[in-house]
Amino acid sequence: MKNSFLDGNITVSDAVIPIVSTSIDFEDFLGAVMVRWGINRNHYRVSPGLYAIGKPSRESDVFVTANYKLSFDAVRKNLSGENGWILVLDTKGVNVWCAAGKGTFGTKELVNRIRMVELEKVVNHRRLILPQLGATGVAAHKVREETGFNVHYGPVRASDIKEFISNGYKADKEMRKVTFGFKDRIKLVPNDFMYGKFYLLGAMAALFIISGLNSNGFSFREFSSEGGPAILKIFLAYIAGIVITPMFLPYLPGRHFSLKGFFAGTLIFLILLMLKSSGRDLIEILSWFLVITAISSFLAMNFTGSSTFTSLSGVKKEMKISLPFQIGFASIGIILQVVGKLI
Amino acid sequence: MRDLVYLPDVVTLSLCEDTCNGCGMCIKVCPHEVFELYGKKAHIIRRDYCMECGACALNCPVQAVKVNSGVGCAAGIINGILSKSEPTCGCSDSKSNCC
Repeated sequence: MKNSFLDGNITVSDAVIPIVSTSIDFEDFLGAVMVRWGINRNHYRVSPGLYAIGKPSRESDVFVTANYKLSFDAVRKNLSGENGWILVLDTKGVNVWCAAGKGTFGTKELVNRIRMVELEKVVNHRRLILPQLGATGVAAHKVREETGFNVHYGPVRASDIKEFISNGYKADKEMRKVTFGFKDRIKLVPNDFMYGKFYLLGAMAALFIISGLNSNGFSFREFSSEGGPAILKIFLAYIAGIVITPMFLPYLPGRHFSLKGFFAGTLIFLILLMLKSSGRDLIEILSWFLVITAISSFLAMNFTGSSTFTSLSGVKKEMKISLPFQIGFASIGIILQVVGKLI
Repeated sequence: MRDLVYLPDVVTLSLCEDTCNGCGMCIKVCPHEVFELYGKKAHIIRRDYCMECGACALNCPVQAVKVNSGVGCAAGIINGILSKSEPTCGCSDSKSNCC
């Protein structure tokens, strides 16, 4: 990938440091849209190391970030008009919070990277500004012990950097808090949608095959009349779990994500019922209710991984309760489908 | 907006107030305002909002905060069970997704 964000070099103590632009061009925008859809997501990286913003001096601040290009872009964009240094850690192309959770945005990598770029020769001060969410991987007191640099945790969001600086390097309550508003949730939907696509196609194929069954075995007439609606129902169940649940997360009843997903699936089922499209007899209607809510509930439960407020202990507890129901619903639903077709 | 909260009474977070030196680091790193500083000690004021990210425990210089941290991610827990290892979400270098 050509690095269109590079904009010359600056030389400090024999080290040649690339200067980066603070404007986001069309290429950056297009790249961002693509990674949101899961395209090129694992290769959307910048080279780790030290970069310059504006015309930094030996007194300028050092901002630390991940080498996921979306993270890097967020930092440089929000430093427009400032002079400073950006220290990019090698997080294997993963964003700050996830990388910190894995330890790649961590104490060891930060200490190594400071030594590798010989940061003490570039700046006279000993201050590093880290995104707050990096704290999951970095122990500030250990970094000081090993390198002499003092870690200052900045705001959660890069868009608050300037306010953080003008506040005298203090992140206020709002800057420190992670939110999960509608916009935050909706941004995650395309990637989750693309992630499950093979499971979706698999489930569609399975229910398509079942749709062709009748008391004589397979029938092409059954396929042509029932196959399409069966595929559509699976797709709608997928939408309930992957799109509707994240969109209406705070408003769906229950605290368990699986329960929220169950209600989203029920909503889809009720709409189908009203349109008289949920089956020809009671067995088929019941089987579709079970299949749709099982799929939606399971997918909704997976959104715990994308959310910003679920704990490991909580998700374990939720899964213990919900997985047996999901597996039971799906199994009984499929059995009813097959039995209902064969009798 | 109202803060989103997950299941009640599940998190493993604990704080030893005798050990706490009142430095306030846990307050600075917590993304959900779980701690508050008064009487020169940190206190847990919003336990159910904790997501067990582990930032507080890692950055506590006197190890007064303890939490069994990890990813609150169903897919990650399933991956962990299938590969018989710690729960990890799929956002690694080789495979795609999550977070």
